Amino acid sequence: MEFGPYLMLAMLEGAVLAAVLALMASGLSLTFGVMRVVNVAHGEFYMLGAVMAWFVAHLVGGGAAIAFIAAAVIAPLAVGAMAAAADMTILKRIDYDPERTIVATIGLLYVIQQVTLMTYGADARPVEPPFNSRIALPWFEWGEEGLALYYPWGLSTTSYKLFVIAAAAVLILAVRLFMTRTKAGLIMRATQLDSEMATAFGIPVERVYAAVFGIGAGLAALAGVLIVPVQQAHYLMGGDALLLSFIVVIIGGLGSMAGTIVAAILIGMSDGIISVFFSPTLAKILATLLVALVLVFRPQGLFGSRPR
Amino acid sequence: MLRIEGLTAGYGAATVLRDLTLSAAPGRITCLMGRNGAGKTTTLKAIMGLVRPQAGRIQLDDTVISDLSPHRVPAQGIGYVPQGRRLFGELSVAQNLRVGLMTRGSGAEVQEEVLDLFPRLRERMGQRADTLSGGEQQMLATARALCLRPRLLLLDEPTEGLQPSMIEAIRQVILTLRDRGAAVLLVEQRIDAVLAMADHVHLIENGRNLEDFDAAQLTRAPDRLRRHLGV
Ligand SMILES: Nc1ncnc2c1ncn2[C@@H]1O[C@H](COP(=O)(O)OP(=O)(O)O)[C@@H](O)[C@H]1O
Ligand SMILES: [Mg+2]
Repeated sequence: MEFGPYLMLAMLEGAVLAAVLALMASGLSLTFGVMRVVNVAHGEFYMLGAVMAWFVAHLVGGGAAIAFIAAAVIAPLAVGAMAAAADMTILKRIDYDPERTIVATIGLLYVIQQVTLMTYGADARPVEPPFNSRIALPWFEWGEEGLALYYPWGLSTTSYKLFVIAAAAVLILAVRLFMTRTKAGLIMRATQLDSEMATAFGIPVERVYAAVFGIGAGLAALAGVLIVPVQQAHYLMGGDALLLSFIVVIIGGLGSMAGTIVAAILIGMSDGIISVFFSPTLAKILATLLVALVLVFRPQGLFGSRPR
Repeated sequence: MLRIEGLTAGYGAATVLRDLTLSAAPGRITCLMGRNGAGKTTTLKAIMGLVRPQAGRIQLDDTVISDLSPHRVPAQGIGYVPQGRRLFGELSVAQNLRVGLMTRGSGAEVQEEVLDLFPRLRERMGQRADTLSGGEQQMLATARALCLRPRLLLLDEPTEGLQPSMIEAIRQVILTLRDRGAAVLLVEQRIDAVLAMADHVHLIENGRNLEDFDAAQLTRAPDRLRRHLGV
C-alpha cells in the first residue's frame, strides 16, 4: 500500500482508540474533578464492562444486535451500581482522603481482577458486533485526467468501528449536556466547586460523591462494552487502559473535561499511527515521555488551571 | 428563635468555641462581635452543621439542629452568607440562585421576590459569578441565601471591602428582612454600623462569651466595644 492510504488506515485505527479512550478518561476526569480523588480501579471498571458484556451477550442470546444492546444497557448500570456501593462502603469510610483513596482503590483493583479470574477465567473471549460490514474506502490519485478516485486494496474499515467513534462522540456530548443543562448536573458542579457551600445549601455531598463515582465507573464500563467486539474481553485488559487514561487525564489537565477529550484524541491518534508505522511499544514510550514533559513544563496539564 | 447553649466546638483536636451561649430572636438583628480569630465564623459554621459540636446544643424553635445531618440544616430555613462570599464562581448568577432555590424547593416567584431586592442582578443573570464586581458578588451571596426564604439569616462580615453605596444597599436588605420577621445574626466589625442596626450585641473572646448588650444597654456599648476591639 502507498503511504497516503496507509496513513489513513492508521488514523482510523487511532480514531477508534481515541474514541474509547476519551469516553473512559472522561469518567476518570469526572471523578477526580468532583471528588478530588484518583480512582486506581478505573481500568477494572472498563474490564468489567467488557467481561459483563460477554456474560450478558451469552445469557441473552437471540441475535448479535439484541445481545449487544442488552450488554450496552446492563453492563454499565451494573458496574455503576457496584462502584457506587464501593464508594459508600469504602471511600466514605476513609472520608475521601486522597492518599487513602489511592490505596483503597488499588485494593479494589486486585479484588475485582481476582474475582473475575475466578469466575470468568483467564481466556480472552469475543463478543460479536451487532453489525460488521466491511467498508472499502476510496483514495485519490492524480492521473492524466486529473483527480481520480480508486479503492486501494486493503484500505477498509468496518461499520462497527465507525459506530464506535460516533457512539463515543454522542455519549461524551450527552455527559456534557447532563453536566451543564440538568439539575443533577448543577448539583454535581456546585459540589465540585465548593463542597462545604454545597452542604450549606442542602446538597447531600456524600450521595453526590456516590453518584459521581458510579457514573465515572459506568462510563469506563461503556467504553469496555464498545471495545469488546473489536478487542475481546480479558481479565487483565484494565491495566493498559488505566495507564492510557492517566496519561490522557494528566496531559489534558486533571478535572478538565475539554482537556481530557483533546488529549484522548492526541494520544489515541498518535498511538494508532505510530503503532502502524513503527511499533506499539514506541507509541507507549512516546506517550509516557510526553507525560513526563507535561509534568515538568506544565504540571497543571494543557487545559488545566493552575492550582490555587 | 435561635438558641445556642454551652457550645464547645472546633476543628479536629483544636477547640475554638468554649461553652458559648447566645441567641437570636425573630424580627431582631443580633450582632456577633469579637477580634479576629475570636471564633465568629466558627460559630456560624457550627450553626450550619459544618463544624461538629463537642458539647452543647443548637436549637431553632423546637428543632435541635445540632442533631441533624449538615445537609438537612439549611432546609430548616437557615440562609448562610459566608465570609468571603464563597459563590460558585464558574456558575452563572442564575445557577447560583438556583442552588439556593433548590434548598427548600422554592419556586420562580421566590426568585422574583429576591431579585426585586437586588435589581442589579437581574441584568447579570447569564454572567459567570466570578466576573461580577465585589459588591455584586456580595449581593449575589445574599440573594442566594434569601432564595430559601430563611427564618434565620446568618451574615458573616457582609460589608467587608465594599464601597459605601454597596454597604448601604446591603444594610437596607438586612433591615427589610428584619421587618419581615426573620431572625438576623450578623457578624460585623464596624462599631458604628452595629450600633445603628443592632437590637442585641454578643461580644466574644477566644471562643467564650465576654459581654452581652441588649437594646437598653447599647448606649454604654460604644466605649466597651471600642476598648475591646481596639479601634
Ligand atoms: N479550618 C480550620 N481549621 C483549623 N483551625 C481553624 C480553621 N478555621 C479557623 N480556625 C481557627 O479557629 C479560630 C477562630 O477562627 P474564626 O472562627 O475564623 O474567627 P473569626 O471569624 O472570629 O475571625 C482561629 O484561631 C483560627 O485560626
Ligand atoms: Mg471570620
